[in-house]
Amino acid sequence: MTALAPGFVDPPLAAQAVFRRLLDAMARPGMVVSLEAPPAPPPLALAAGAIALTLCDADTAVWLDPALRTAEVVAWLRFHTGCRIVGAAEDAAFAFAADTVALPFDRLPIGSDEFPDRSATAVVQVARLGAGAPLCLAGPGIETTTRLHVQGLPAGFVAWRARNHVAYPRGVDVVLVAGTQIAGLPRSTAVTEG
Amino acid sequence: MSLPGYNFAYLDEQTKRMIRRALLKAVAIPGYQVPFASREMPLAYGWGTGGMQVTAAVIGPDDVLKVIDQGADDTTNAVSIRRFFALTAGVRTTERTVEATIIQTRHRIPETPLTAGQILVYQVPQPEPLRKLEPRETETRRMHALAEYGLMHVKLYEDIARHGRITLSYDYPVLVNGRHVMAPSPIPSFDNPKMHRSPALQLFGAGREKRIYAVPPYTSVESLAFEDHPFHPWKANAPCGLCGATDSYLDEVVVDDRGGRLFVCSDTDHCTTRRAAGHRGAAAGHALAGAGE
Ligand SMILES: [Zn+2]
Repeated sequence: MTALAPGFVDPPLAAQAVFRRLLDAMARPGMVVSLEAPPAPPPLALAAGAIALTLCDADTAVWLDPALRTAEVVAWLRFHTGCRIVGAAEDAAFAFAADTVALPFDRLPIGSDEFPDRSATAVVQVARLGAGAPLCLAGPGIETTTRLHVQGLPAGFVAWRARNHVAYPRGVDVVLVAGTQIAGLPRSTAVTEG
Repeated sequence: MSLPGYNFAYLDEQTKRMIRRALLKAVAIPGYQVPFASREMPLAYGWGTGGMQVTAAVIGPDDVLKVIDQGADDTTNAVSIRRFFALTAGVRTTERTVEATIIQTRHRIPETPLTAGQILVYQVPQPEPLRKLEPRETETRRMHALAEYGLMHVKLYEDIARHGRITLSYDYPVLVNGRHVMAPSPIPSFDNPKMHRSPALQLFGAGREKRIYAVPPYTSVESLAFEDHPFHPWKANAPCGLCGATDSYLDEVVVDDRGGRLFVCSDTDHCTTRRAAGHRGAAAGHALAGAGE
């Protein structure tokens, strides 16, 4: 067995720094934010790894799409976070995805009307943020409207977001990830092409 | 640096992760109260343990923390909380609104407009705006689920029928993002308009009631009202005796044993900053100013 990539060097301070940027990204949808991320086993993006180290533990069910469900990624996540890896997307508190074709977005939990917070957060890896096709965003955290350019967005993403938005306040929250960069797309954000 | 032998910002990492997950859901559903497993803090409930847990989950070594209690930086409560985070997180503290990156507050929003880099953390005693009308949690949760807020409007209308106007002057309910009715915490209704489309991130922590909620920047926050009875933020009809401000929220202070009274800014930083800039009220130079009250 090859050596496991290390996690955070100073966990309390590193996790705080990542969380703060993540909070910023979710509070200001579409803003591209950089994270200080330690090494993560490919194909897990560095920022996706940093998010897992910051938010996941024995209390969180983590689902990995087939592209990310490698022995190295599973071992790294289990060792550093102690999280439960679940086989069904329906059980996910956090869903990590790298496949750009087959995404089980509609199977992720969206919470109930009484408890809309009991819903998944999807960490979706894309090729690039700040370049590529434009998305138009509006909603809380955005002064008027804003544009987010994304390269390699999964097929059917915008149509799924429209369905997700109709279910509000239920819904899945998304963090787009590319390398060490992230952009938040909470369920409250209306996403259209162009 | 922070105090040796303590966790950074006091809370253990697992607790911080739990609070951080709740905070992200709160931001994603503005005005919705996210349940969380509130932890013991080394201060009694009523001293802002909910706000302290939120601050502890958010704060980092580069932050500059301001803590206000009813607008003042120098009450026992505010001083204790500031000292707590200076010790456990090694952060710099300030009394200046403009210098702060995080402001923890009990019962006020600073007069100085907040900016995009700032986070306002509210200490919340009762997070449920419908609780006085409906004691059952299952019922209030159902009302939020269905956006069934008729009861709240009936209550406000009864106030109008009885007094000719809405008499509620603090913890005045608001509608957030056009969807969730939210308790703004016991801030004066005078402060409600400051929440609307604020560039700052607003986070709310209720320790005893175990709820966290949030208002992201640039989010609609409307005070509930009726077409024929629009919302009127209440404020004393007087200028500040010390700095002459006519647009700040005032406290009425007894100044001598003959019942003499003075209206002064409740926001002490606002008043001090104005006086330093040369603004003078009718009672300028009063001993009260020197005492920093
Ligand atoms: Zn004044």
